[in-house]
Amino acid sequence: MADFCMPSLGADMESGTLVEWLVEPGTLIRNGDVIATVETQKGLFEIEAFEDGILGEPLVQEGEEVPVGTVLAVIDAGKGAEAQTTKPVAAQAEATEERPPSEVFQERILASPAARRRAVELGVDLNAILGTGPDNVIQINDVEQAAKQRGVTKDKDETSVQPSSVDADAGMRKAIAAAMSVSNREIPHYYLESDMDMTTPLEWLEAENARKSIRERILPAALLLKAVALALRDVPQLNGYWVNDQLQMQSGIHIGFALALRSGGLLTPALHDVDTKPLAELMQTVGDVIERARNGRLRGSEMTDATVTVTNLGDRGVKTVLGVIYPPQVALIGFGRIAERPVVDQGKVVVRRCLTATLAGDHRATDGHTGALFLDALNRHLQKPEAL
Amino acid sequence: MTQIRLEKTHALEQLRQMLLIRRFEEKSAELYSATKIRGFLHLYIGEEAVAVGVMANLEPEDAVVATYREHGQALARGMSANSIMAEMYGKQEGCCRGRGGSMHLFDAEKRFYGGNAIVAGGLPLAVGLGLADKMQNRNRVTCCFFGDGAVAEGDFHESMNLASLWKLPVLFLCENNLYAMGTAICYHQAQADIAAKGSAYGMASASVDGMDVVAVETAAAEAVAYIRAGKGPYLLECRTYRFRAHSMFDSELYRTKEEVKEWKERDPIVQHTSRMREAGLLDDQDIASLEQQVAEEVEAAVAFAEAGTDEPIEELTRFVCSERRVA
Amino acid sequence: MNQEQGMRTITYREAVKEAIREAMQRDERVFLMGEDVAHYGGCYAVSKGLLAEFGEERIRDTPLCESGFVGAGIGAALGGMRPIVEVMTVNFSLLALDQIVNSAATLLHMSGGNFNVPLVIRMATGAGKQLAAQHAHSLEGWYTHIPGIRVLAPATVEDARGMLWTALQDPDPVLIFENNTLYNMEGALSTESGAVDIDRAKVLRTGKDITIITYSANLFKCLEAAERLAGEGIEAEVIDLRSLRPLDDAVYLQSIKKTHRALIVDEGWRSGSLAAEISARIMEQGFYDLDAPVERLCSAEVPIPYARHMEEAAIPQAEAVYAAVKKVVQHG
Repeated sequence: MADFCMPSLGADMESGTLVEWLVEPGTLIRNGDVIATVETQKGLFEIEAFEDGILGEPLVQEGEEVPVGTVLAVIDAGKGAEAQTTKPVAAQAEATEERPPSEVFQERILASPAARRRAVELGVDLNAILGTGPDNVIQINDVEQAAKQRGVTKDKDETSVQPSSVDADAGMRKAIAAAMSVSNREIPHYYLESDMDMTTPLEWLEAENARKSIRERILPAALLLKAVALALRDVPQLNGYWVNDQLQMQSGIHIGFALALRSGGLLTPALHDVDTKPLAELMQTVGDVIERARNGRLRGSEMTDATVTVTNLGDRGVKTVLGVIYPPQVALIGFGRIAERPVVDQGKVVVRRCLTATLAGDHRATDGHTGALFLDALNRHLQKPEAL
Repeated sequence: MTQIRLEKTHALEQLRQMLLIRRFEEKSAELYSATKIRGFLHLYIGEEAVAVGVMANLEPEDAVVATYREHGQALARGMSANSIMAEMYGKQEGCCRGRGGSMHLFDAEKRFYGGNAIVAGGLPLAVGLGLADKMQNRNRVTCCFFGDGAVAEGDFHESMNLASLWKLPVLFLCENNLYAMGTAICYHQAQADIAAKGSAYGMASASVDGMDVVAVETAAAEAVAYIRAGKGPYLLECRTYRFRAHSMFDSELYRTKEEVKEWKERDPIVQHTSRMREAGLLDDQDIASLEQQVAEEVEAAVAFAEAGTDEPIEELTRFVCSERRVA
Repeated sequence: MNQEQGMRTITYREAVKEAIREAMQRDERVFLMGEDVAHYGGCYAVSKGLLAEFGEERIRDTPLCESGFVGAGIGAALGGMRPIVEVMTVNFSLLALDQIVNSAATLLHMSGGNFNVPLVIRMATGAGKQLAAQHAHSLEGWYTHIPGIRVLAPATVEDARGMLWTALQDPDPVLIFENNTLYNMEGALSTESGAVDIDRAKVLRTGKDITIITYSANLFKCLEAAERLAGEGIEAEVIDLRSLRPLDDAVYLQSIKKTHRALIVDEGWRSGSLAAEISARIMEQGFYDLDAPVERLCSAEVPIPYARHMEEAAIPQAEAVYAAVKKVVQHG
């Protein structure tokens, strides 16, 4: 017997709403099967089982919001054999997809009424504050202290900051705000920047793609992700977490890639074991994940497993990305636009297709030297695209 | 001994008042059934002789404390049928601007202190009114109506004691209609002779036939004279009967049709009419004329109430507290 | 005659007596009525000596019949007098609850403005004298539920001296609650003291860290606690409500704008209490001023026991006020 519980899909998730059971009680399920969908402040997630067995009667009904860790159902590992096979409840699944994003559960910040009002007056973001009241409630003092530190203790009239209209993604915004605030407050970032000549890898890619159907074509982004993964293999100190004042390097290289949503907001779904995936498969995975992220159907593990983050803002014309590390990760790799630039090659100015790669590193975990090794490794892997 | 006072003008006036009450109450029942009047409605039909007989002895400066079956008491005290009917319609032209309804009729000008729907609740107030008169050396009488049901309440005994102890000018007027709502007096009183209770408090008391307006008036005259002479309070029990149910929603399981029939034979209006005819003081034309006059008054009251206006809801909380402080 | 202007020391009991005496002298419609007010001199000796001064018509002993004599007070008020009715304790007033609630409070409205009731009812309230469960409850909060009556709680000798006359000028029923532990209390009173308003709450100690809202005898426990807190750098603002109905919301809401914290100290039981009402009003009208939940200190939910240690434990004490403030201010 094993408990199938409301998973924690992130450090900032306290509860979730069970939206839908995708599998009927009595069904035989396998480890990894998606058996329910859960709504959180970051959207709708498919959650998977981690056991083989027969799914018991639901202990939590659809629509109920429960804290993380609540047993949703019991999986009986003993009676696997005679049961029927997994059978998604298709009709219900369709209905779930129509659920409007406005129902996204919003996590509540504990702050006193007076603190909330003062925060609006001073233009202070409550997400960025750690309360010192009972149960870490944010009180007036905390707000004023935060404002002082930011040097924005101006009168309301001078810098009137009105709260923007609460939209459907306020919950996500808050979650991002909370994580980024912690990052900015706690992580001493260092930044390294390196220009990379993309001419060779792109020529190789174009030749490869010429042999493929349109559906199978590989984008430069996949190339970059794979190169990052291989470079991390070379410099594993950047692939891991800073926990309890020490670096915990991770064996799997799971790259969270930053994905802007059309409705606003940001997700960083993890691509698992990127270093081991052939490019074609990686490309497929990226496409699949992007599509599911946009439909709000990411898996829980995809939300929690990233060991490093890649941000690619090249499509938007950005030259250099100086990123903010997503804690508890210790590094973020940023890519800007690939553009033709004049390059001096053996005494001659030539036009090459280049890109600026950056590394934001957590100085508690690594030093600039490590970062430099990484960027160098990255460039080396990019220049040998056939090995990617 | 009872002296029958049968002077024509006065006897006719008594008859007119009893008829007015009777027709007013009949119309009230009709309007209640038509949902024009709501809440509880307690009719005075059958008991007209009590109010009419007693009020004849009161002066304008005297005070009346009434019960929740008080339309007859109010009319006999001289309150206008218009203001009472409008009150039951819940209109601002009503005597309490629609805040009281059938059970709570008040009129400062007539010194009519309600309209009290807490059984025996009015007795202590009457004691206080009497106390105020006594302390201010005013020769006034406070007449306090209550039913036989009130006699079981503590306030009855406390008030009898206080009034007698302090020799207050209060007429305790018990309308004994034999039922405390639906409980017969044999089921609620160990001593069913109510007048006898006066002696326990050293209070003068008497009983009288409450179906005979002349007898009530005469007995009340004696009581009022006693009080005005400064001898203290007086308990007068009027034995009467209500012909209709306790209130509109009462199927009268507690008494027999025969009993009601017997009492109806003693109808105070019929009795008074016969006596006047026998004395040659009344003919058919007088009766027709009285009926006509009363019918017109009742119709006018209904028309007045129908034409009444609602108190604006902005005035809802008016009169919770006085509008100004006065010394 | 012009005495040196200044202060004199007077007991609460004497202040109430002076107020009664002055009222009787100024207005011949005023009289005092109640159990043992005349020959005995008053259960708490408030009216001792007044019988000799005013005679038994105006200092009037009543039989033991609370409903009867409170009702008679209502009737006398209707009849043009200005009665002061004394009920021995709030517990006994329950025997007159019908008259207070069904007559005194309703007559003006029910009669559409025909009759107002200019009546004053005084009664003792509160625990602290080991009088146990039928003489020591604090039920004034119940009366504050009733529209049509005014409820006062004089705590200081100034108010004990000055509220009565103002109450007698009110056209409607006024209930005055005198905490029985206060009668022996001495206070300073101006030689020129006289009638005071009965509408306003009063700030008796200013502070910036927390607002303590209280009334009657608890005022002094709160002031004591505030003094001790000041020694630790916590400045409590202490407000005496004075009038429990109507409540003077403005004063405590204004204070909370400054302190952002509120503690209500009420000797009534917590459930359905006056403290609950005030807390609700703060939430309704001052929510965005709050930096911490409103705290209440009320009596333990037991009938007040006899034994001293249990009685003391049952009602708010200065030590508990101190602790409650610390909890709110320091997140204890």
